[in-house]
Amino acid sequence: VVAEIEKKITEAFEVFDRESNKTVDVREIGCIVRSLGCFPSEAEVHELLAKVEVEEPSGFVHLEKFLPVMTKVLLDRSYQPIPEDVLLHAFEALDENKCGYITKEDLVKYLTEE
Amino acid sequence: AFKAAVLIQQWYRRYVARLEMRRRCTWRIFQSIEYACEQDQIKLHNFFSYLMDQFTPSSSKERDFISRMFVSGESYKEAELEKYCDYESIEVPDSYTGPRLSFPLLPDHATALLEAFKQKQQLHARYVLNLLHETRKHLKQLPNISHVSTCYSEEVTVCGDLHGQLDDLFLIFYKNGLPSPSKSYVFNGDFVDRGKQSLEILIILFTFLLIYPKEVHLNRGNHEDHMVNLRYGFTKEVMQKYKVHGKKILRMFQNVFCWLPLATLIDQKVLIIHGGISDTTDLDMLEKIQRDKFISVLRIKKRKELSTKPEMEAINGENKSETDAAGNEAAPRLSLQPQSAQAPSTANRLEFSRWLRQTVQEQMDTCRRLVDISESESEELTYSSMVSLKDVDEPCWTRQEEWKQILDILWSDPMPQEGCRENKVRGGGCYFGPDVTEKFLEKYNLQFLIRSHECKQEGYEFCHNRKVLTIFSASNYYEIGSNRGAYVKLGPDLVPHFVQYQANKTAHMLTMTQRQGIPESAFRALREKLFAHTSALISAFKAYDGDNTGRITLSNWATAVESVLRLGLPWRMLRPQLVRSTEDGMLEYKSWLDDLAMEQRSQEHIQSSLLEVIYRNRSNLETIFRIIDRDHSGLISFEEFQQTWKLFSSHMNIELTDDGINDLVRSIDFNKDGNIDFNEFLEAFRLVKQCQ
Repeated sequence: VVAEIEKKITEAFEVFDRESNKTVDVREIGCIVRSLGCFPSEAEVHELLAKVEVEEPSGFVHLEKFLPVMTKVLLDRSYQPIPEDVLLHAFEALDENKCGYITKEDLVKYLTEE
Repeated sequence: AFKAAVLIQQWYRRYVARLEMRRRCTWRIFQSIEYACEQDQIKLHNFFSYLMDQFTPSSSKERDFISRMFVSGESYKEAELEKYCDYESIEVPDSYTGPRLSFPLLPDHATALLEAFKQKQQLHARYVLNLLHETRKHLKQLPNISHVSTCYSEEVTVCGDLHGQLDDLFLIFYKNGLPSPSKSYVFNGDFVDRGKQSLEILIILFTFLLIYPKEVHLNRGNHEDHMVNLRYGFTKEVMQKYKVHGKKILRMFQNVFCWLPLATLIDQKVLIIHGGISDTTDLDMLEKIQRDKFISVLRIKKRKELSTKPEMEAINGENKSETDAAGNEAAPRLSLQPQSAQAPSTANRLEFSRWLRQTVQEQMDTCRRLVDISESESEELTYSSMVSLKDVDEPCWTRQEEWKQILDILWSDPMPQEGCRENKVRGGGCYFGPDVTEKFLEKYNLQFLIRSHECKQEGYEFCHNRKVLTIFSASNYYEIGSNRGAYVKLGPDLVPHFVQYQANKTAHMLTMTQRQGIPESAFRALREKLFAHTSALISAFKAYDGDNTGRITLSNWATAVESVLRLGLPWRMLRPQLVRSTEDGMLEYKSWLDDLAMEQRSQEHIQSSLLEVIYRNRSNLETIFRIIDRDHSGLISFEEFQQTWKLFSSHMNIELTDDGINDLVRSIDFNKDGNIDFNEFLEAFRLVKQCQ
């Protein structure tokens, strides 16, 4: 099972590996993690990055470091998906006027408010 | 509330990430299928070589058939070419409302052409031929490497692959202006194939070339090659648009293509070539080569390239091995000459003949690999003239080296790793690393390279430390919205400035559903391919299913699929789109394959394995048929079809009875006079494709 997970992670990684040299841009990590089925928040992505980045941040993440960390994430089933009704609640909570949608600006406002 | 927002953000990011992953996978799919196709082309070439070496004609009919197929088209001396492709006798009716050209061309002619093509008009065949004759005359004077200087016009604009996409050319002219004394252009090859308006692009480019010879420069691309055109659409386009004079036009194009310059040099500092370089690229040699001698990179190896027809008929009756020796004398024999000194001095004849066969085989293998000297159409090398060439020191090697030079220039791709290795994906040229680039630039005192040949998402891309620039000008190449096109401008400072565009404005604002459509077509293409390899897949799956339960794990599924298709795709990521239902991580592979087949099969009851084979080799078959249909009439006789199929199946190691062929033919509606309408036959395949 672990081997299978590792293969899956490696595949996803390689899709973003532009130069085929087992490294990806730091900014793509979030995308990779999410496409593997996880729903981390931004903060959680940063936490993850802290574990995989090298000492002097080069802007790149190497597969060697990423693989074990990500494997654990998948095995532990961290960053679970949000159930639909919870998501719906979230939308309703923000939709003060009950119009059935929220605008991008609203979202930005809520995210950036202290 | 903050928590709620975070939740939404989380979910949204995940959604976007999935889309991004999907997009990249799609890109990979298209690209790997495209390159696999190019590889197929090479395989096709090898298929012909294989046939030439292995197939024993069992009847005089078959012998004739093969010799007809493999002796290349009538060779013309130059004067004959002019006579055959003469245009002066072609009358232009008064009813013709398209543009009329007169020579020497003037800027007004160019604008008239642009306008006409925008109105979807067609240029009369007479003018096309006239234009081609004049273009050829002009190109013949040009050196292999054009020299451009930025001191004449302020800027040079370099464009990459256009591939018959006229809209992109219009866009470029619209955004950047038409060629003029103050606006230089370099077009870096691959003007034709795939897109539907290759003809119009060529006509426009050649027109501007003649009007502004100092400012417009064209480089040859790997698609400016009539063998490639047979497969990728240009030949078809010409024959469809010019039913009467198409053949002449094609022959002229074939000739004009080989006169296109190979490279352009700007200010002695920036080299522009279509594909790339290799660690053996030698600019001095490139400058001296007689480029018109290399008509096609993918030429079918001439079986009797040394003998004239009568001689060949005489040989036909003899033992095949003898004819082989005679026929293939050119390549291996010449190179064997110097080596005969090293032959094992063994008295044992058996040993010697084995050594001989091995060496010949090796020589043939190296020669066979795409590299084939295509004799110029303007001389018929007779056996005797070839013999006299033997006296020259190393004719074969020099020719072969020249050949490799051109091949590398037109087909190579850069790679991030150091070194230089064979480009197995495309089947021609090589992969060259940053060290190769570095050495090359240093050797010739250049600043950087500009090349095309590869589709790039943003229309351009740097690599090798910004020393190699890829520029690609065909937007939406794979699909609507797949990529932008771009062109680059260089001023005297040689600092590149890019302009990007996308031909279909609405592509920018694709709706979500439309964006979903792109991956859909990629997956459809992928499922087609999977279906085409059904039998191989079943074998591969069975290998993992020792207990014959009919199921395999998804992990093994992925490994098996890759081992069969060899596309280098992330199968585990793609699995959700390809496999609908699984039970506790296991897949029932037979029913999965049956589902795939259901999508592809038509109502006709054709043996499924046969259909598979046809499907897998659809484009190959098209190409083969087109080669057989030499008068481009769209008709081949039933017998020809049968023989073709036999040849084909013997190569593919398929067991096929005559009954099988008959069934196949019967299921296609064809008139009983023994002729198969070639287009009808192909339509049958297209119908199969549409029944999804």
